[in-house]
Amino acid sequence: MSAPREETIVFDDVSKFYGEILGVNRVSLTIAPGITSLVGPNGSGKTTLMNLMTGLIQPTRGKISILGISPTDPQALFRKLGYCGQFDSFPKGLTGFEFIRALLLVHGYDRQEAEAMSWRALERVDLVEAAHRKVEGYSKGMRQRVRLAQAIAHEPAVMILDEPLNGLDPMARAETIRLFRQLATDGLHLIISSHILHEVDMMSDGVILLNNGYVVAEGEVRGVRDEMEQHPMQILIRCDQPSALASRVFAQDSVVEARVHDDRRGLYIKTRDADTFYLLLNRIAVESGMSIESVAPVDDDLNAVYQYLIGSNGGQG
Amino acid sequence: MSSVFTAKAAKAQASSLPWALWRRQIGAILRLEVKKNFWGRRALLIYLLAAFPVLIWFGLTYLDKQAHADISQNWGEAKIIFANIFEGLILRTVIFFGCAWIFMNLFRGEIVDKSLHYYFLAPLRREILVAGKYISGLVASGVLFGLSTAGSLFFLYLSKGYPSNVEDLFSGQGGPEVLAYLGITLLACVGYGAVFLVIGLFFRNPIIPALLAYGWEWINFLLPPVLKKVSIIHYLHSLMPVPVSEGPFAILAQPTPVWIAVPGLLLTAGVVMLLAGLRIRRMEIRYGAE
Repeated sequence: MSAPREETIVFDDVSKFYGEILGVNRVSLTIAPGITSLVGPNGSGKTTLMNLMTGLIQPTRGKISILGISPTDPQALFRKLGYCGQFDSFPKGLTGFEFIRALLLVHGYDRQEAEAMSWRALERVDLVEAAHRKVEGYSKGMRQRVRLAQAIAHEPAVMILDEPLNGLDPMARAETIRLFRQLATDGLHLIISSHILHEVDMMSDGVILLNNGYVVAEGEVRGVRDEMEQHPMQILIRCDQPSALASRVFAQDSVVEARVHDDRRGLYIKTRDADTFYLLLNRIAVESGMSIESVAPVDDDLNAVYQYLIGSNGGQG
Repeated sequence: MSSVFTAKAAKAQASSLPWALWRRQIGAILRLEVKKNFWGRRALLIYLLAAFPVLIWFGLTYLDKQAHADISQNWGEAKIIFANIFEGLILRTVIFFGCAWIFMNLFRGEIVDKSLHYYFLAPLRREILVAGKYISGLVASGVLFGLSTAGSLFFLYLSKGYPSNVEDLFSGQGGPEVLAYLGITLLACVGYGAVFLVIGLFFRNPIIPALLAYGWEWINFLLPPVLKKVSIIHYLHSLMPVPVSEGPFAILAQPTPVWIAVPGLLLTAGVVMLLAGLRIRRMEIRYGAE
């Protein structure tokens, strides 16, 4: 059963053209609570989708609804939505604390409320100690965190985060991912764009892959992988007799390639039918008595999915 | 009966509008913007512009002994010279370009700095944002150019000598004239401010429209009476406490009475701001395209 419109983000046949240049085309999506990552190379339409959700740009065609609210209604929308953009820019001359408080005052909160909320947000991103320093003097990672604090300060139900891990050191990245997971567990929608694929893989509940303005795949990372039935899946089998195993599995229709690992203690195989292959492997193990240490798919991570679908490295390179 | 009902419905609707929230939001915008307008890096040019007429009057009255003597001996002529300099330099140049710089940068400057999205991502009616920014521009331009006018008048009256300057200010024509100059300064900020705010919203490169507006204001004296009224300077000129000649080639027109000129200017500014409100509703932020 699908979630009601008031609980989801809906793109209904949305297109955006910048003059004659395509931003995104015929996007229809329903995004449920949790962490959803937008992945795609530069110019694929990630930021366009995010800006459409926030009303910073308007669709040429189609409709968007954020928890039942149109992006053309900022008064209602931004009580529920927080956006952390990728632009490293701030109103001049403000400290981190003043920056967050000033924008909460623009929201309409009274001073006391705004101050309490600002401290809470700064605490969440671990920036309390630097709160009274000018933002201009912050490191890139601190500026990223203060933007994040500003986006979460009014406790929104939907967070849109454009490359939120950029500029963060590994520890801050891990902390931030933990914060995202916590927010998602609390029932928030988090829409995150990123091209650091292994991080997306680690933190996302769902993924939307974009290329040239089109959604090329969406769903759970593994689900997206399963959709590509025609593309062989690669599996690494760690065992004591890889050559013998290769000769046995290669005769099977479902196996399209078998290659012994460089260390000669494993075998890579490519199969179009993983389920059938796993059954076959069980049978071989029982019949031959060979020792199988581990069986693991090696390419159902996002990077592999991306390479299969788009023939690119997710904008990494 | 129906008109009574409509009036009641309109009143009920008006009372349901969140005025208190809007006031708070405008206050918050003002705190951010006024600080920026006075202390931002773009403010330097405005300080220089505002100081320019004051320095000229200081130079005329204190460095040029002959001019100083002429002012005190021929006060009537000095006031005419002041009126001409006020209209030609302060109104048509300092306030015009000062307002162009302040008001066009209210939105354009934030797009260049890539910080306008913070406002667009707040639960804020965009019309309220326009109002808040416009008021902040008025505060900055009103204070700086008001001080510029007041400073120029200060040196003019100082060279008239004590106690005749005090007598003129408090019991002669001086007081009302000073108030009129300050009022005209404020009205110029109201009028030019609205025009330049809209130009900054509509045009990616507002310099050309601003120069066209400058040209239009300058050739106002050559325009037929009907077209004269489609300008800010015509109304400001009509309000001058000391009449200023527009020169031998001017096409003469009856000055607009004060009771039309003042509300007319305010109304024009209001209409222009409505246009700004309509424009900003559809405005998109694409920093990359700027």
